[in-house]
Amino acid sequence: MKGKILLAENIEKRNFQRAGEASSKLKDILRKLGLNSKLIRRTSIITYELEMNVIIHSEGGFIEVSIKREEITVIVKDKGPGIKDLKKAFQPGYSTASDEIRKLGFGAGMGLNNVQSYSDKLNIKTESGKGTTIEAKIKIER
Amino acid sequence: MVKLSRVVNILKARPLVNIDDDLEVYTVCGADLMSDVLVFSQQKTLLLTGLTNPQVIRTAEMIDIEAIIFVRGKKPPHETIELAREKNINIFYTAKSLFEACGLLYENGLRPEKMEGI
Repeated sequence: MKGKILLAENIEKRNFQRAGEASSKLKDILRKLGLNSKLIRRTSIITYELEMNVIIHSEGGFIEVSIKREEITVIVKDKGPGIKDLKKAFQPGYSTASDEIRKLGFGAGMGLNNVQSYSDKLNIKTESGKGTTIEAKIKIER
Repeated sequence: MVKLSRVVNILKARPLVNIDDDLEVYTVCGADLMSDVLVFSQQKTLLLTGLTNPQVIRTAEMIDIEAIIFVRGKKPPHETIELAREKNINIFYTAKSLFEACGLLYENGLRPEKMEGI
């Protein structure tokens, strides 16, 4: 069973003006559900990092967040170009972001590491030239 | 813990959006890269940064940072100030460098947050 969908939004490539809006919207929804603030922060970090990744690195994509009694599932899917070297992408400090992006404060090479640190389960499927799908699960402790 | 009003005093910072002077600051984070900021996940953290675009406010929003001080005399653009107001985040600016600002706050008893998961 998939659970109740809380958020489903498209993410446009290079749209820095709207960057973070999907995560911000989700944060309000999670607050209204009365979940504990630490869980909300963890989920927000994951969605924000993944949202920024789609904006910075991909051809655009979408984010879907759903909730079941025991967990929150974040799915972020983009239209490519895929992560060339997944092992390297997890090396703290490793980044393929341009200087222009780094001037905005992104491309620190901590994105996927942060996502991993705050997820209970992380699954990445990536195909060079095609795209990346990332599924992160966060347990709800009641 | 140090009150925000005292932090502002120590750094001779000027207000841009000042919502809560009584805010209690427990830890400080100084960074110009937003993912470095997102390594932190505890509450009541003050952010010192030289970056002034609206993404700084978004980043702060994600981890419930309630106060930001822009260093090196940088005043953020209008969009950043507006977003801070909308999100109820206190923002100030100081002429001090990131290094000096962090040093002064450390000297006054503030400490970094223990990093999780690393």
